[in-house]
Amino acid sequence: MTVTASDLSRQATEFLASHDPGTTDRMDFLRARFDAGLAWIHFPAGLGGQNAPRALQSVVDEVFTAAGAPDNNPRRIGIGLGMAAPTILAFGTPEQHERFLRPLWTGEEVWCQLFSEPGAGSDLAALGTRAVRDGDDWIVTGQKVWTSGAHESQWAILVTRTDPDVPKHQGMTYFLCDMTAPGVDVRPLRQITGEAEFNEVFLTEVRIPDTQRLGAVGEGWKVAQTTLMNERVAIGGHVQPREGGLIGIVTKTWRERPELRTPELRDRLVQRWVEAETLRLAGTRLRQQLTKGAPGPEGSAMKVAFSELNQALTGLEVELLGEEGLAYDDWTFRRPAIVDFTGREAGYRYLRAKGNSIEGGTSEVLRNIIAERVLGLPSEPRVDKDVAWKDLPR
Amino acid sequence: MSQAQPDLLYSDVEEDLRASVRDLLKAKAAPEALLARVETAEGYDLKLWRTLADEVGVAGLAVPEELGGHGASAREVAVVAEELGRSVAPVPFLGSVVLATTALVRASAGGFVRRLASGSAIGALAVPLSTAPGAGFPSSVTVSASGTLSGRVGTVADASVADLLVVPAAGPDGPGLYVVEASAATVTELVSFDLTRRVADVVLSNAPAVLVASGSDAASALEEALLFGAGILTSEQTGIAEWALTETVSYLKGRYQFGRPVGGFQSLKHRLANLYTDLVLARATARNAADALATGADVPIAVAVAQARVSPIAVHASEEAIQLHGGIGMTWEHPAHLYLKRAKADELALGTPGKHRARLADLVNLPA
Repeated sequence: MTVTASDLSRQATEFLASHDPGTTDRMDFLRARFDAGLAWIHFPAGLGGQNAPRALQSVVDEVFTAAGAPDNNPRRIGIGLGMAAPTILAFGTPEQHERFLRPLWTGEEVWCQLFSEPGAGSDLAALGTRAVRDGDDWIVTGQKVWTSGAHESQWAILVTRTDPDVPKHQGMTYFLCDMTAPGVDVRPLRQITGEAEFNEVFLTEVRIPDTQRLGAVGEGWKVAQTTLMNERVAIGGHVQPREGGLIGIVTKTWRERPELRTPELRDRLVQRWVEAETLRLAGTRLRQQLTKGAPGPEGSAMKVAFSELNQALTGLEVELLGEEGLAYDDWTFRRPAIVDFTGREAGYRYLRAKGNSIEGGTSEVLRNIIAERVLGLPSEPRVDKDVAWKDLPR
Repeated sequence: MSQAQPDLLYSDVEEDLRASVRDLLKAKAAPEALLARVETAEGYDLKLWRTLADEVGVAGLAVPEELGGHGASAREVAVVAEELGRSVAPVPFLGSVVLATTALVRASAGGFVRRLASGSAIGALAVPLSTAPGAGFPSSVTVSASGTLSGRVGTVADASVADLLVVPAAGPDGPGLYVVEASAATVTELVSFDLTRRVADVVLSNAPAVLVASGSDAASALEEALLFGAGILTSEQTGIAEWALTETVSYLKGRYQFGRPVGGFQSLKHRLANLYTDLVLARATARNAADALATGADVPIAVAVAQARVSPIAVHASEEAIQLHGGIGMTWEHPAHLYLKRAKADELALGTPGKHRARLADLVNLPA
């Protein structure tokens, strides 16, 4: 028996009738919504959902939005919702499901991701943060990097090295790490924009109970793959209206400031306009394929094209502004809660866009993925395949 | 700006149409056969054209059923164009089906439309192939007091195999769209850069002509045909880019140097990944143009975007095919050059990318 859109709409309406969003405490409201199976409807019953088709989530969300109900501030808890939750659901014990999923969804507990390390970027499987068994606990020591939101998080998904004597993909184990535990030291990592959107996280003999292990010992790579697959889904699915996104900022300036215009800049702006529109159409097409249940391999290609466009467009914007482009809005070392491309000025956008071709898989790694998995070309030589992790050159 | 969402996928019916065109072309327009033909007196494969017309019905694909056609839309025409691009088949699809037939349907010239839709006659639109939408009504052909046409039109696509010429001409009362039997004109095929789609000079000296539309009707019939052609051409270009990528990937998997398949070297893999990315973008954009032409919504912008974006992608893909094939790619015996020549000619056809960008800048309010 499949749940239909009208069932869900009715459930949401009935929920609102018994939980007036105007008078109910925000957190009580969100917890009750979770318990009613109206949080993430594709999750199992009892864990915030009812095994409903994911495509129907918008039906529920629209009823709540229309009623002015409080939401769980999804931008603030994106890593928890998009990456930690599906991994915990797939690999967690019933106790872990019970303990973590509700406060994750309501936003009571914010999550971050402890994956990349200074010595393990594109080659994540080379990571060296050590976890050593000690009775019912593990003792974890190492350094993680590029952790957005670590300073605001209560929990982290963490991949560690538990067996250095086997090849790198085999000796990893995945944990749920309490960010308030002794030995966790979060330090801001300042970027070329001046701000620190990310952190370095130093782990020094952090004690993690074995009950917070996710998946089997040595299965960390497999668990991490689930997390990373969900990251790509989260990055790929967004469709803008025409002139949505950064192109709209530049065209607005162009229309409002005739004194900045030259024929040469105009042609380049139109080229970027065309690229933005093309990318928007490709995104629309990708979404239409997903709706029909035939996901294409276009996601990686979209991300490569998106980064190139953002970089070219923001570069053009600085140039268009002429002498104003020589000023920068603010180099203050601050720690923003979310990336804000639109609230800052052109110079910031230009610098921040440099990260687009690095974060979430560098364009070079994505091109390898396209070449190997889509086009079927030979893979890169794997010189480290049969070598114990401890013996790898580094 | 908001708009109804276009349908950018292929329907099952469209996939079936693709499959039948592809099967036919695979059997009858193999690269070796194309190469053998290009330097003969029969540059066009009219036998293949008749088969495409009789068995698949491509000649009257988008012609309304009451005029003897199949009543399909630009979406189906685009699918056929994509397949013809993939095979650079030497058939007068662009000149006859896409340009001449569209102009005559818009001009409500029923009798002539029937002849073209049945495949019993081939048409050509007597404008230079480089003519862009929005270019203004041409005046190189004039109408005499007795209604005959005189003048010269250069580089007309597919004119050398046409039976009917659809001729825009400047008459005493303004623009008119005329039909001239090709036998009443002097049509001289040029040595064409594109070996699989020829251009010809058309000279008219007091040629008898039938007026099919006049004044603003003539101007809009011509403009709509040019827009239709420019939009459909991007599907052909998508087909060219797809061939270039597929063929190059396949070659580089089998070509060994330094004891490895050449396709395993990262510098080449990345170039192929870039071509794939371009192809993803080209397909969505060309599909959007076809859907716009089918629904009538957003046509000028959709076509200008597609022309500005897909033309350079097809050229780049076929240039990369030559380079990545190495020496064999530079030889006459390998078909890659047929695709390069088609792609480069297509870049000029119906407006260069630069012209379409300039047009787009006005359409989307990016003032000079």
